[in-house]
Amino acid sequence: MAFPRMNALGFWLTALALAVLLASHFVPGGAAVSGWTAYPPLSAIAATGPGQGLGLDLWLASIALFAIASTMSSINTLVTIVRLRCEGMTWDRLPLTVWGWFTAALLSVLAFSVLLAALLLLFCDRHAGTGFFIPPGDIVNGVVQAAGHPGNGSPLLWLHLFWFFGHPEVYIAILPGMGLTSMVLANFSRRRVVGYRLMIATTLAIGLLGILLWGHHMFVAGLNPFASTAFSVTTLAIALPSSAKVLSWIATVWRTRPRYTTAMLFALGFVSLFVTGGLSGPILAQPILDEYLHNTMFVVAHFHLIMAMAGIFGLYTAIYYWFPLVSHGRLLSERLGRWHFWLTLYGAYNTFLPMHFTGLAGEPRHYAQLIQIPNAGGRLLAGTIPLNLHITISAFILASAQLVFLYNLARSLRNGTLADQNPWEATTLEWHPRLAFGSASEVEDEAPIIVHRPPCWYLEATPGEESYLPQWSADAIHDIKRMKPE
Amino acid sequence: MSLLPLIASLLPTDASAHGPALDHQLQLSLWITLGLAVLAHLLLIVGLVGRRTQARSSLWAIEYLPLTLLIILFATLGIRAERLWALTRYTGASHEAMQMEATGLQFAWYFRYTGPDATFGITRPQLASAAEGNPLGIDAHDSHGADDLVTTELVIPVDREIDLTLRAQDVIHGFAVPELRLKQNAVPGETTHIHFTATKTGTFAILCTQLCGLGHYRMSANLRVLPVDEFQRWLTQREQAAHP
Repeated sequence: MAFPRMNALGFWLTALALAVLLASHFVPGGAAVSGWTAYPPLSAIAATGPGQGLGLDLWLASIALFAIASTMSSINTLVTIVRLRCEGMTWDRLPLTVWGWFTAALLSVLAFSVLLAALLLLFCDRHAGTGFFIPPGDIVNGVVQAAGHPGNGSPLLWLHLFWFFGHPEVYIAILPGMGLTSMVLANFSRRRVVGYRLMIATTLAIGLLGILLWGHHMFVAGLNPFASTAFSVTTLAIALPSSAKVLSWIATVWRTRPRYTTAMLFALGFVSLFVTGGLSGPILAQPILDEYLHNTMFVVAHFHLIMAMAGIFGLYTAIYYWFPLVSHGRLLSERLGRWHFWLTLYGAYNTFLPMHFTGLAGEPRHYAQLIQIPNAGGRLLAGTIPLNLHITISAFILASAQLVFLYNLARSLRNGTLADQNPWEATTLEWHPRLAFGSASEVEDEAPIIVHRPPCWYLEATPGEESYLPQWSADAIHDIKRMKPE
Repeated sequence: MSLLPLIASLLPTDASAHGPALDHQLQLSLWITLGLAVLAHLLLIVGLVGRRTQARSSLWAIEYLPLTLLIILFATLGIRAERLWALTRYTGASHEAMQMEATGLQFAWYFRYTGPDATFGITRPQLASAAEGNPLGIDAHDSHGADDLVTTELVIPVDREIDLTLRAQDVIHGFAVPELRLKQNAVPGETTHIHFTATKTGTFAILCTQLCGLGHYRMSANLRVLPVDEFQRWLTQREQAAHP
C-alpha cells in the first residue's frame, strides 16, 4: 500500500457513509423521496413531498462521504499499482484481478469527482437559494418557486452530471469481478488465461467506453435524438470487449475438468449471470426499443443480473478464495459453501429473470403498488401480479440463502479447517509463503520477492511431478523445458 | 411451433402506426440475444463436462472470428434500430398533425386542446391553480387561450397524426403509453414534442414512468382513441360545455 493511512481512512469513511445512509431512514419525514438517481426538482424543492427534508440531506451527505472515500481509496490503489510493483512484476505479468482494480480506480477518480460537484450544486439548490437544476416558472403544489431559486436552471444538467458518474459506476462495480473471475477460473482449471494480453486490453477498453455512454440513460429524457444515436453506438460497442471476455472464460475452462471449489462455482455463476444479464444490453442500447422498455422492469432485470448479481458473485468468489488470508489461515466450509451457491443461484435467476417478462408486459419500475391503480393502467398492470408473486417469494429465498453464508462465516472464522500455505495451488503473489499466516519464523529470509513469470503458469500434470510454477518461483530451467511460449 | 408469437403474447396490444416495426425489431433482438445466451451456456456446459485435453486452438478461432461475427450481428441490429429511431424522432410531425398538449404535475396529467383557432394560449405560472379550475395557468386575457379546452383524459381520433407537446409543472414526469409504444419524459422548463398515430380505437393506459414522488404509482390517465366522427362529436360537446 502506497498510502496505508489514506486507505484506512477511505475504508472507515465508507462505513460512516453507510451509517449515515441507514440513519436517513429514521429521521422525521423519512428517507430520501427521490430514489438513488435524485432527479431534481423532486430532490431540490422541499414542497415536493415527505422524504424531502433531513432524509434527503443525510442522503446527500452519505453519498458525498462515499465519493470522497472512494476517491481516496482509488488514489491509493493507483499509486500502489504504478509505483510499488516488485521486481519482475511487469504490466503484462500483473494479475487480471489487479488490472480490474486499476481500471475501476481510474474510473472512480473521474466519476466520483463529477458526482461530488453535482452533489454540492444540488445542496446549494436546496439550501443556498441557487437554481442550477430548477427552471424558471417551476410550480410545486401551486406555489411558483422562482422567488426562492432565481435563474435559469435545468434538471437535464443534473441528469448529465449524475449519469456521467452513474454509468462508469456500474463498470467500477463489475470490473474487479471480471478480473478475478479470469484468475480463479484459470486457477481451478489449471490452465493459463486464454488471451491474457487481450484480457488486459479489453479491461481498459471497457473502462474507456464506460465513460462515453452515459447518455443511454437519457434516450427518452429530453436529449437531442441525434445524441441518442451517438450514445447508442458507443453502448453497442461495449458488447465487444465484454464478449471477448466471455469467450476467454469459456475457452479457459474448456475441457479442463476443473476443481469445483465454492470459489470456482461462484466464478462460473458470475460467467452465467454476466452472459444472461449482459445480453439484454444490446437490446436496451437501441433508442427505439427504449421508447418502449425505458424504466420498465426489463431494465431492472438487466442491471440486477449483471451488476448486482454478477457483481455479488464476484465478491463471493473473492471471499471464498481469499478467506484464508484474512482468517488466520482458516477455510470457509465447502459443504455450506455449496449450499450457499446453489440457493443463491436459484434465488438470483428466479428473482430477476421473470422481471424481463413483466417489463415486456409494460410494468414500470419504481411503482409502490400494482393494485388499486386507477384508470386503464390498473387493467394493464393486473396481468403482472402472478409473476410478481413468484418474484417476491424468490427474493425471500435469495435473501435467506445469505444466512447460510453468514453462518459459514461465523463458524469458519473460529472452527474452519486450517488451510495449507497455498491451498488452491495458486500462482500469484498473495500466496507467497512469506506472506502466509504463521510464517513469521521464516521471515529470516530477507531476499526480496521477485516475479519470474506471468501468472497461471500451469503445466500439464504428469503423476508425481510439480504441475505449476508460482510467479515467485525461480525454477527457470524447469520452466523452459516444460512450457512452450504462447 | 413457431416461437415468435410467444414473445408477441407477452407484449400488450399494439395500437400505433410505428408500433409494428418497433415490435418486430424488439422480437428480433430478443431472439438473437436469447440464442446467444443459450449458445454461451451450452458451450460452457459442454466444455465443463468434456474430458481434459491439452489441445489449444489459436486466439483467432477462439476470439477474433466470433468477435467479427458479433460485430456484423450487432452492427446490423444497430443500423436497423437507428433507422427506426430516425423515422420516429429525427423529424417533427407533419403539418396536418393535430396539436395537443400534455402536462404532468404531482400526481395527475392534464391535456389541452387548441380550440377552433388551432393555437394554444399563453400560460403563466402564477395563474396556475387547480382549485380555481385553471390548473395550467392559461391567461384569460390572451385571445388564443380563451378557446383552449383542458381535460383529464386524452381523447384522440384514430388514424390521425398527433403532435403532442409535453410539459411538466413541478418535477420530471414520464409520459408513457405502453399500448402505443410511446415514452418520453416531461421535463419542467422544457417543451418536448413527440408525434404518433393511433391505429386502433379503444381505451389505453397513460402511465407516469419517472419517479415523481409518493403518489408516482397512481399518476395515470386514460387515452381514448375514437372513430373520427365520434371524436368530433365529443370535442364539439366538450367545447360547448366549456365555452358556452
